[in-house]
Amino acid sequence: MADVSKSSIERSDKVLRVIIYIVSIFFSILTLFPFFLMFINATRSSAEIQRYAVSFISEHPIQNLQRNWAVFNGKDFHPATGFLNSFIISTGATILNVYFSSLTAYAISAYEWKFRDTFNAIIMAIMMIPGTVTMIGFYQAVYKLGLTNKLSMLILPAIAAPMTVFFMRQYLQATLSMEIVQSARIDGAGEFRIFNQIVIPLMKPAIATQAIFGYVASWNQLFTPLILLTNKKKATLPMMVDLLNGDIYRTEFGSIYLGLSITVLPLIIVYAFLSRYIVEGVALGGVKS
Amino acid sequence: MRNKKLVNYAKYGYLFSIPFILAFCIFTLYPVVYTFVIGFTDLKGLANTDWGILPFKDPKTGEAWYIFKNFKEVLGSQTFAKAFRNTWIIWIMNFIPQITFGLLFTAWFTDRRSKVKGQGLFKILFYMPNIITAATIAMLFNVMFQFPKGPVNDLMGGIAKLFGHTREPYQYLLKEWPVKGIIAFIQFFQWYGHTMVNLIAGVIGISPEIFEAAEIDGANRVQTFFRITIPCIRQILLFVLVTALIGGLNMFDVPQQFINTQADNAGLTTNMYIRNQAFSGSYLYNRAAAASVILFLVIVFFSMILFFIMRDKDEARLKKLRKQELKAAKKGF
Repeated sequence: MADVSKSSIERSDKVLRVIIYIVSIFFSILTLFPFFLMFINATRSSAEIQRYAVSFISEHPIQNLQRNWAVFNGKDFHPATGFLNSFIISTGATILNVYFSSLTAYAISAYEWKFRDTFNAIIMAIMMIPGTVTMIGFYQAVYKLGLTNKLSMLILPAIAAPMTVFFMRQYLQATLSMEIVQSARIDGAGEFRIFNQIVIPLMKPAIATQAIFGYVASWNQLFTPLILLTNKKKATLPMMVDLLNGDIYRTEFGSIYLGLSITVLPLIIVYAFLSRYIVEGVALGGVKS
Repeated sequence: MRNKKLVNYAKYGYLFSIPFILAFCIFTLYPVVYTFVIGFTDLKGLANTDWGILPFKDPKTGEAWYIFKNFKEVLGSQTFAKAFRNTWIIWIMNFIPQITFGLLFTAWFTDRRSKVKGQGLFKILFYMPNIITAATIAMLFNVMFQFPKGPVNDLMGGIAKLFGHTREPYQYLLKEWPVKGIIAFIQFFQWYGHTMVNLIAGVIGISPEIFEAAEIDGANRVQTFFRITIPCIRQILLFVLVTALIGGLNMFDVPQQFINTQADNAGLTTNMYIRNQAFSGSYLYNRAAAASVILFLVIVFFSMILFFIMRDKDEARLKKLRKQELKAAKKGF
């Protein structure tokens, strides 16, 4: 009797495992298919795509790639410019974001000052309010500072990133022991030096995680640059995608796929190397239960 | 003694917060206040410098509450109503499958008996769409659903042929519900992996002893999941829900790139409405600002719920204890 129920449990375990693999593989294909299609079609001519849009192979990949690339010339799509602008914005914003968030988090966790709790509460409260709803006011602020159409207007706001401060504070509370800080003080180190030479190295794992997410978020943003950057020389890579949407590309599907591939390629390369840390990093950002 | 030392260093607390506070005031606080004020003015048109706060009473009819004119116009606007409704409909259509599959994969990948091989790879694959530019994915789906020759139409035609049928190409991008459905699918496609990873982290945090006890008591998989796992990750579930909701209310990139205002505004969201009012046509900054304030209040309401969920309960308790200690110490002297 006991044997029968045990083997039936084992059988149902096996069935469940098969179902899990089937569904997981289905979702993997579902995830990869659009990107796969995009890369393949980037190497096919628009005529080939018009004939049959789904294919595993291109007839003349190199020639078609060159032709699709040539379509960009003479139009506003300049991937190199977009890439460079996105690179400058994301790098600058990420550095400011992690450094000043760490500094702010350290100010909240290491020192006791009068308005600390109020300050902390404000950070928590504004954490979730996204800048998109106050775009009109943001535009005005940028205008008054004379930053319109300058890349710095997309970099400087990263100094105040409540989400990152919150994360850094959680991390500091778990790892920072004030004894180390005290002994450094006895050795005569100034507060700012202690932060730069002791606290920052201590926070490396948290900084790495937040840097990856900050970089990706900054790289992918569309709303703000689309509204505020009207100078075509300052266009970012996601704004290039917006250009592909225009009428001039109506029938040039090969070039559209190629343009999209160009915007995705850097992200996929980065993900290939860092995916493990990224997936672990997401988990770190959640709430403690 | 201890207190004296802390007072000494307090100034560094202020000093190190200055960059944050400065950037915050310029790039967050000022925009919030400015947007609020503009909602009560007659500011419209490009480069308009001749504008002011609306009078309380209508100068022509003498009707009261004229100052809320922009808000009345937004709330009475059919387009705004449609945009607000669309935003909620698309969000719900995406969130239900997102949380369902997020939970399903969480249950499967954390199951102690199945030990799914290759789950590391699955997690990495499922999460991948989340880091890809939303605008690109939206545009890619737009191209995939082209009429009459597009990948989806071709695939469907091919499948129909396999079964001996012929299928006419379908105009997905002109019909209201396919458009909404595809936008919801793109959101789902980008976020279910993220939800799953968050939930798995929560389940891993649960003490294994609880699961062992359940196993000894003879609970099966389904019972364990609904009676133990779900209650234990309640906080993370709420966190996922509220962050997804706030993100959903701000939906912009995907519908903007996927469909813009085509298909009779089937994919128009609140943020797209605000952008169209303020930065195109007759540049109705005042009306866009009023719409922003309305959306802002809705988001603040949900943020407060999140704030309440995430507040550090242990720390609050500690602080209370410390205060009591201080009081007791003072009384003692």
